[in-house]
Amino acid sequence: MSTTTQTIDGPKRSIWDGGQSPFKASYGKLMMWFFLLSDAFTFSALLITYGMVRSAHKAYPGDMADFTFSNEYWPVPEKVFNAVPFLHGYDLPLVFVGIMTFILIMSSVTMVLGVEAGHRMDRKAVEKWMLWTIIGGLVFLGCQAWEWTHYIVGTDSGTAMKFLVNGSWVEKTIFGANLSVNQYGPTDFADFFFFITGFHGTHVFSGVVLNFLIYYNTIKGVYDKRGSYEMVEKVGLYWHFVDLVWVFVFTFFYLV
Amino acid sequence: MHAEETSHVQVQPADKKKIQKIWKTAGILALITILEFIIAFTIPLEMATLRIAIFVAMTIVKAFYIVSEFMHLKYETKSLIWSIIIPLIFVVWMLIAFLYEGTAIFDVRYLN
Repeated sequence: MSTTTQTIDGPKRSIWDGGQSPFKASYGKLMMWFFLLSDAFTFSALLITYGMVRSAHKAYPGDMADFTFSNEYWPVPEKVFNAVPFLHGYDLPLVFVGIMTFILIMSSVTMVLGVEAGHRMDRKAVEKWMLWTIIGGLVFLGCQAWEWTHYIVGTDSGTAMKFLVNGSWVEKTIFGANLSVNQYGPTDFADFFFFITGFHGTHVFSGVVLNFLIYYNTIKGVYDKRGSYEMVEKVGLYWHFVDLVWVFVFTFFYLV
Repeated sequence: MHAEETSHVQVQPADKKKIQKIWKTAGILALITILEFIIAFTIPLEMATLRIAIFVAMTIVKAFYIVSEFMHLKYETKSLIWSIIIPLIFVVWMLIAFLYEGTAIFDVRYLN
């Protein structure tokens, strides 16, 4: 009720005139929000550019049952991402990505539970939930490492593709992908795969590092001494954002 | 010594309702993801527009739950909520502009 306690003679002051916090949030939390907004623009730019390049390529024209990889048209993602560790040779479209999505959502849940425990000054619970969140992040990174390895190494038989070399068409068999060749489709597809999932993976990695710092400080009793667990909340915002971005990557890179 | 410094900290009991709400949100997110999977394998790939429309709608619902509940934005002041939401108009514009551009490139490449 501090906004209404003005003297009768004084000029009317809006909450934007200084002396109080209009957003009712701390500096650190606000800055985290605006950083995340700017980060959202970066990821939007990556995903929208993917959309642009994809719409500038031909779509696969034929029947889905006889789909084959070719650099003539954009691949169907669920035909590309159909491998699962320890189940070599089975066609399991999107199963592994689904598991990764689930892991990241779960680590987001443990993060909120950690933030909630922080509000209650419950150090033991914060420690427990932060540890689960870190484990979730590391498992996700491990999954991504496997997925990248599989993508780079390629399928058993590779793909025969035609390239225009010095004015004549040459056929070559391509195994896997890097930034200049791609057995799964046009090179652009591989480039976007590496950049989008790589940029997201970098965020997950820095998120795990931040989570670990928070976990360490919690164990050390830093936040008990400070009398506030707000740092858990701030890093929590970042971690949820990483999960949020994955939701979009999952839809626009893997599902659509 | 360490224990003495922190022994005055008052640990409050957990609010069951709050924790229930967190798990409920998690359940909704998991459910939508499962639905997305079911749709990915039931609606044929040939019906591209319908698939994309459903996936985009579901993604926005998921994003809403993550941002409003997990990131707690729903409970911030109105001015903070709008400060975060309104700038995203630029993303919408970028999407329209770039997809338009992409189809134009397609036309130049393949239709001439």
